[in-house]
Order: sequence, then C-alpha cells, then structure tokens
Amino acid sequence: MYAFNYQRPKSLQEAAQILAATAGAKILAGGQTLLPTMKQRLAQPECLIDLAALAELQRIALSGHALTIGAMVTHAMVAESADVKRVLPGLAAVAEGIGDPHVRNCGTIGGSLANNDPAADYPAAVLALGATVETSKRTIAADDFFKGLFTTALQSDEIVTQVSFPLPAKFAYAKFPNPASRYALVGVAVAQRGGEVRVAVTGAGSSGVFRVPAMETALKANFSAKALDGISVSPVNLATDLHADAAYRAHLIGVMAKRAVVALA
Amino acid sequence: MTTTGIGASVRRVEDRRFVTGKGQYVDDISRPGQSYAVFVRSPYAHANIKSINTAVASSAPGVLGVFTGADLANDRIGNLICGWAVQSKDGSPMKAGAHPALAQGKVRYVGDHVAVVIGETLAAARDAAELVAVDYEQIPAVVDLARAQESGQPQIHAEAPRNTVYEWHLGDKDAVDKAFAGAKHVTRLEIVNNRLIPNAIEPRAAIGEYDSGTQSYTLYTTSQNPHVARLVLSAFVGIAPEHKLRVVAPDVGGGFGSKIFIYAEETVCLWAARKVGRPVKWTADRTESFLADAHGRDHLTTAELAVDGNGKIVAMRVKTKANLGGYLSTFASSVPTYLYAPLLSGQYDIPAIYCEVDGVYTNTAPVDALRGAGRPEATFVVERLVEVTARQIGMDPAEFRRRNFIQKFPHQTPVIMMYDAGDYGTCLNKALELADYANLGKRKAESAQKGLLRGLGFSAYIEACGIAPSRAVGALGAGVGLWESAEVRVNPVGTVEVLTGSHAHGQGHETTFAQVVSQRLGIPIEQVSIVHGDTDKVQMGMGTYGSRSGAVGASAIFRALDKVIAKAKRVAAACMEVAEDSVDFNDGVFTARGTNKSMGFGEVALQAYVAHKFDPDQIEPGLKESAFYDPKNFTFPSGVHIAEVEVDPETGATRIDRWTAVDDFGTLINPMIVEGQVHGGIAHGVGQALLEGAVYDGNGQLLTASYMDYAMPRADNLPSFTVAMTNTPCPSNPLGVKGCGEAGAIAAPAALINAITDALGHEDVAMPATPMTVWRAAQRARVKQAAE
Repeated sequence: MYAFNYQRPKSLQEAAQILAATAGAKILAGGQTLLPTMKQRLAQPECLIDLAALAELQRIALSGHALTIGAMVTHAMVAESADVKRVLPGLAAVAEGIGDPHVRNCGTIGGSLANNDPAADYPAAVLALGATVETSKRTIAADDFFKGLFTTALQSDEIVTQVSFPLPAKFAYAKFPNPASRYALVGVAVAQRGGEVRVAVTGAGSSGVFRVPAMETALKANFSAKALDGISVSPVNLATDLHADAAYRAHLIGVMAKRAVVALA
Repeated sequence: MTTTGIGASVRRVEDRRFVTGKGQYVDDISRPGQSYAVFVRSPYAHANIKSINTAVASSAPGVLGVFTGADLANDRIGNLICGWAVQSKDGSPMKAGAHPALAQGKVRYVGDHVAVVIGETLAAARDAAELVAVDYEQIPAVVDLARAQESGQPQIHAEAPRNTVYEWHLGDKDAVDKAFAGAKHVTRLEIVNNRLIPNAIEPRAAIGEYDSGTQSYTLYTTSQNPHVARLVLSAFVGIAPEHKLRVVAPDVGGGFGSKIFIYAEETVCLWAARKVGRPVKWTADRTESFLADAHGRDHLTTAELAVDGNGKIVAMRVKTKANLGGYLSTFASSVPTYLYAPLLSGQYDIPAIYCEVDGVYTNTAPVDALRGAGRPEATFVVERLVEVTARQIGMDPAEFRRRNFIQKFPHQTPVIMMYDAGDYGTCLNKALELADYANLGKRKAESAQKGLLRGLGFSAYIEACGIAPSRAVGALGAGVGLWESAEVRVNPVGTVEVLTGSHAHGQGHETTFAQVVSQRLGIPIEQVSIVHGDTDKVQMGMGTYGSRSGAVGASAIFRALDKVIAKAKRVAAACMEVAEDSVDFNDGVFTARGTNKSMGFGEVALQAYVAHKFDPDQIEPGLKESAFYDPKNFTFPSGVHIAEVEVDPETGATRIDRWTAVDDFGTLINPMIVEGQVHGGIAHGVGQALLEGAVYDGNGQLLTASYMDYAMPRADNLPSFTVAMTNTPCPSNPLGVKGCGEAGAIAAPAALINAITDALGHEDVAMPATPMTVWRAAQRARVKQAAE
C-alpha cells in the first residue's frame, strides 16, 4: 500500500466538499474491493474519504410502496433486517449470499453499486427491481446507472446516498457461483411488479450487468419456467475466462433464470 | 495403566496454544534491530537479464542494501541443490542446470528471484524494490509440457538439450510388450494430472541473523526439516559450517511438502543478515506463495492395462511426461520417478509393468513434492485404468479389483517394492458394506427422478511411506539417509523431555509421540514434553514428509525408550539390592520378582541422578538415552475409498453425497488424530479432483495467482465422511504403525473422477472436474447416448 491521506467527514456535505476539492480522492464505503486493490499496489488514491461516520447513510426505511436503503448499509444489515425480510425477502437473500461474513459486515450497498463489479450481485437486483440510485446531486434510474465494467453514471464528485426499491410482487435471484471466488459466474434476478417483468443478469456480460428482453416478454405473458423454454441468450457479448466460456455462461443464464422463476412459483 | 497410551484418542495437547493464539510462528518472532527483505521478481517467464541498475534503489530512504546474483557470486555462495540423482535409461546422469538463489543473467519463470532489497521497514523495502531497474530481453516461453521437448523449442538451461532432464524408466519392457500382444483386452487412457499449488495456511517466512561476536548464524524458518536445511546451507550453499549455523523451525502452519525444500528467499535472508549487519526478515505474501512455492503434480500420461479372458490383469504400460518447472527443486527429480513408478502395481498382482518418465523443464515455477508426492499420480493412473477396464469388460468394478488383489505377503512387485503386509479383500468388503453398495441402483433411480445423475467410484489405493530405509533410498539416488533420531531425557522428578528430529506442522506429534512415552513408561502424557524444530536442541534429524514421523520418528523414540528402561532397571536393581534380571517393569513400576520390593518410575529417576546407591564403575549416573532408527522397509498403508456423487447435468455442478474411507494404517497411536489426517487428506484430494488447478497462459503468466481464480476446497464442498479402519500391523517397525497423513490425498482423486464418470457414462472428464468441464462432458455423453 502506498501512503495516502485519510478523511472521515462528519456530514454528507463535508464529504462532498472534500471530494470536489481533492484531486485523486476516492470514497471509502466499506472498502472490500478498494482496500485489497490498494494493498496490492494496483490502486493508489491520494486521499480516502471514509463515509463510515455518516449515520444518515446507514438507515433502512420503509415508506408506502418503497424500501430505501442507505448507501452505507452493510450487506449483513440488509440480510438481517426484519423490514427487508418482510417486504423484499429476495433482497435479503441476495445480501446474505455476498462474499463471506467479513465482506458482509464491512461491504456496503453503495460501495458495491459505485464499484459495479461485473460479477457483483447487487447490480442484478437493482436493475431487475427497477430501483433508483440517489446521490449527493440527483436521482438516477437503474437503467441509466450501470455503464460497463466498473463504470457507472456517477460523476467524479458524486456520492451515492441511498437506493430506493419499489416493492415488487415477486423477486428472486439465482446465482451460480464461481468455484474459486464465489462471485457470480452467472446470476439472474427476476422481478415482477404490476404488469412488468424485469430480468437482469450479472457475472456473464462482457460489459457488466444487462437485461434480457426476450425473457421479460415471455414471462410477462406467462410467468413460468416453461415460458423460458427455447429462449437462448447469445454468447456474443458474454465473458470468457478460466472458469466459464461464453457458451457455458449463455447456457447457465437460461438455467438460472428458470430456477429463479421456479423459486417464485 | 495409563489412559493416555497407545490407542487412546487423547485430545491434542498443542491445540491449546494454537486455538488461543499463543502459537509462535516465524512471523511472530521479532529480533532486535531486524530489517525487512523484499524480493524483486521476474515479470517474465523467460528472459535474459541485460542489466540491473540498483543505484536509485540503494540510495532510497531507509534502504540498508540491494543485492543481486552478482553479489552472491562474489561471496562464493553456492547454488540451490537437487538432492536426488536420477539416471536416464541410457545410463547418463540427469541434466540439471544451475539454480542460483538470485538470478545469474537469466530468469526462468514468473516470480523468479532477481534481486533483494533490505529496508529499515517493510514499506521502505517495498518502495525501493520498485526502483530496481532490470533490463530484460524476453525469450519465448516454454509452457506447454506436451511440446517442451520438441526440437525448435527455446532452451531453458544450456545443460539440458530438448529441455529434458532425464528419460528414466523402470520395469521389463519386453515382458510387458509380450503380455500386451497376447492380451484379450487393452484399456488405454490419456491422463492429465493437474498442477497444484500447495497453499499452506502460513506463508513461508524467514529471519536470518548473524552474530559477529561468535561468527555464527541463526535462521528462523518455516521448515519441515530444519536439520536438512542446515546441512544444505552448510555443505552445499556454503554460508556457514554446521557448528556455526543454527536453524529454528518453530510452530509451522502447514507444509504439505512445500516447506521441505531449501528455497532462495530463506537462503538470501541468512546471507544478507551478515551483509547488512542486522537480522533480515521476510514473510511471503500470498501472491508470492502462489508464484514461488514449489508446485505439485503436473503429469501428462498415457497409460495402458492388459487383461486376459478371465479378467486377470497381465501387464501395465505407462508413459509420463513430468513437469519439473524452471529449476530442479530440492527433491524434484525423485517425485515423478522413485516415488511414482514403484506404486504402479497398486493392490494388484500384476506380472509385468513398464514405466517411462521424462523429466522436463518448462518456464513455470519449480515442481516438487506435494502431499503424496508421486503416489497420488500413480494411484490415479492405476485406479482409473482398473475402473475403466472393469466397465469396458462388463465386470463389476469391485469384483474386478477383488479378482486381481494380491493375496499373499510378503509380495514382490515387478517395480521395486516388497509389500510386507496387507489384507485388501477385508478392507474392500467393509467399505462396500459401509457405503451400502448393494442399494446403489435404488439411489441412482431416486436421483434420476430429480433430474440428477448419481455415480459411484472406487479407489483402492496403496502407498509406500514412512520414507526410508537409508540403504534403499541411497541405492535409488538419494543424497541423504532417511533414518530418524530421538533423545529421551528423564528428569530427576520423573518427567520426560523427548527431543525428536521429526518436525510437527499440524500433525499433532506433541500428543502422539507423548502417548508412546506414556505407554512405555507408564506415566501420563502431562509428564512428557516433545521438543523439536531447533538444531541447537536436537542434534540431528531428517524431518517430516512422506508420512514418516510415526513409522520412523516415533520408532526412534521407541528404541530410545528401550534403552531408558534397560538403564532404569539397572538403577532399580541396585537400589532394591536385587539382581538386574529379576527386575520387571510394568505400568510405571519396577518390581523385584519373588520379593515385595518395588519402586515407581519417578523414584528410580531420582535415584539415577542422586547416584547414592550404585557403584559408578558399574552404572553411570543420570537417565538419558538416544537412538537413531533406520527401518527395514517402507510402510504400506492401503485402503478403499468410495465416493458417491450427484451431478446436475444442467449446470455441471457435482455434489459429493457420500464418502466412505476404510484405511489400514496398522497400529493406531491416536485414532482421533488419524481420522483427522484422513479427513484433511480427502479434502486435499477432493480439491485436486474438483477444484484446484494451476493455469499458466502461453506466455508463462500464472493466471491462478490468487484465490479469486485458484479454488481451494471449502467445508461446503465436502460431505460428512464415513471413516473406518482395518488393522494389519506393519511388521517393519516396532510400533506396527503405517503413515496416514497423505493417504486421503492419494486415494481421493481417483474415487471422485470414477464416480463422476460413472454418473455421466463418459470417461473423458479432466481434473479439476469444474462445473464447466462436467457440463461439457455431460453434453458429450448425451450426444453419445443419442447416437447409440
């Protein structure tokens, strides 16, 4: 690890000010990717702005038809929250399946979304649920947030503050883990709300999380695993690595989508 | 009668300090004034070093020294050695290139040691290491083992044309060819034994220290065999003579073979301590462990088995290319030869076996012994051949094995080994019963209803361990003897310290060795302490590897205890004023036969030291004895493992549903510890079969250099094991014990692949059988079934 300055602002406003004023600053929001990367000297931010002291970002709130989760809420808090388990149990299950206890107790939803790892679980859930990402500057729809590998719509001086999930009728996430890292080799999130069905895939895309319109149309007409028969995802834009080539990933998307739907039957 | 003797499942006494964080590992040790070493490593698999500029790094803040191979050469420090000479079939000696501790003009794998920076702090050394400017001239890398010997491939060492270290063979080729010509059925398999990275939980570490007052060195190091390290560093590397070099291997967190070897980093720390006048510490980070610990396995094999019309095996033919990496590590040459081919007879009466092995250099990390070392590779060949043959000739795999089992002992195989004892049929029957083999068909049908494919696989393994005897291994090329030493020091109050040349790094010697003492002397193990891992305390020893500590190390203790008891009897006889031959010793009490006189063990110990009651011309004061024990033979543990899996054909995921292990380790000193060793061994073998595999790309970059890509077995990959024993005592050592630490890793891979291939109905499943690999095989099986 190279030397860096460490800031621990007391308010969101202060954090935003430091971020805007400091060249080479990075937000520390759990650090479960950032810190290992720094330890390996693969990243060298000059300044870390730790959001850990911002109580306002650590709340889970339920209002009307939406569940709002603060950016600094850890995966463990989501997994254990009675509110989340009651109104959106599939999301608690997503959080419980992230990493290991260490990661779940440090890593946060805001950190995960801002990092947008192509094999992370939350992006699939956020995209399938049609959530909105709220920041220090604006509100961004999930469809507009994820922009590619480790890339989001966030500007350099923008901080994720909370994520708002409209409550679905049904939601499930089926993950096939990478045997080594246990990140998603393929993870498929399926959500149904009103007349709409959204299917989002993580782990597989060569440019990150994406939706599968053909599956959405089929499930909208008939919400059953059988409706997905014969729908194949093209391997063209899927990732190939040691653990899975694009063809295998394409196949697994179909299998995991069906399993998510079966879980909701 | 003591309750802590041989056969008692005594809780491990060392675990108190391990689980309370009181273990003392090398990295826990801080020496006054210590500095820190960081190695500059090659980013290329194969390159000439045109120049190294250390000037900027040397003048960086907090830097005490920057050294390269040229500095080692100036100080006439010798190269690292390979301690086992293997001859090619034409009689020529193996062709080994030099293995310098810091590169001399060339690098041969990614992670090769190019320079070392010694800093006041670790951070200073790290920063300065980035300032060492190395001008490399890249050479195409030789990575593909299958093609490494082809003409036109770049040459890694000038000494080894065609990158070939040796072309070795064993067995009677003519007899084998003749048997194959007359065989009813021949099974032929192409086998890849995947390359593994050892992944001990504690990374390697060292502190080198030089005392200018006494002109002596101390090396604290993560070693399985500190005396061998001292021998090599003295006699070959030449840093200091043995009486001026102390090697301490304190608590060590797992070895699995990878800490047997004398590596560059530890050597450099010791040498550099004198250069900078300060202790020099190095602890590998996990990336360094992946890159530069000696890897294991990595064979390409063509194997054939010939059977007659009665289902009897008549011959076996094996051709193996063994990857040895970029340099020959300490015992690299022996692993794919003498630790491999002599096990190809398995548990079977095979009249003729012929095996050829080419040892090959590639631009990858050195490959050496890893848990099982040659024997897992051999067992995989034998047990895949046997299973597939049974399937091909339409015979039940258990029946085919039974029909070919060796029945009479001792049994001379055609490949060196003389098996001393065993009872393979009993073991198989017990395993079949515990695994409920009779109802497999029913379970397969139940799985099929869930859309899952169930399969069962056997592995009837044998291994040769308790590695010894000295004369035998010497005849096969070993540079050292493989005995073990023990010294038993009885204190005046009757407590006992045992100094052993074995080294514990997870095995539980402090418990099991104490149990042997407890049994023999009739004292509880609380009165016994086991001392190991320090060349200043233990005079000499050969260390722990090859499942040798029970058979050889504990047997040495047994022999030293014989001498202690004999001496104590003489003391007791003098004290009780009876003839020496009338004294009996049982359960800690000396009694004079035909009298009512008796003395406790502690009382006799005290009398031995106060020396008031015997004639010093007749009996020396004190009670301390030592023994060097060299067994007559290897030990031959054997067993049957049965794996039962469910494969999900949609995803290729394999779930192990049941695992039955019936092992014959002879006498058990501590059944609980033995069972634990079996569990760990199976987990290791499951890792190889299902998860682990080191992968280099075409340029020699290690793609699996972290846990993001290298899959270690975890608890949820494993079922609850059914472990049982049969007990055929080993006739070759006084305790009747056989080695148990490697057996699981030796047995498991074949059992698991046999189970998966049974489930799929398709033999082409490579290790590691990852979900993608199994899914592809399931697709091919489906196509094959459709065609039929």
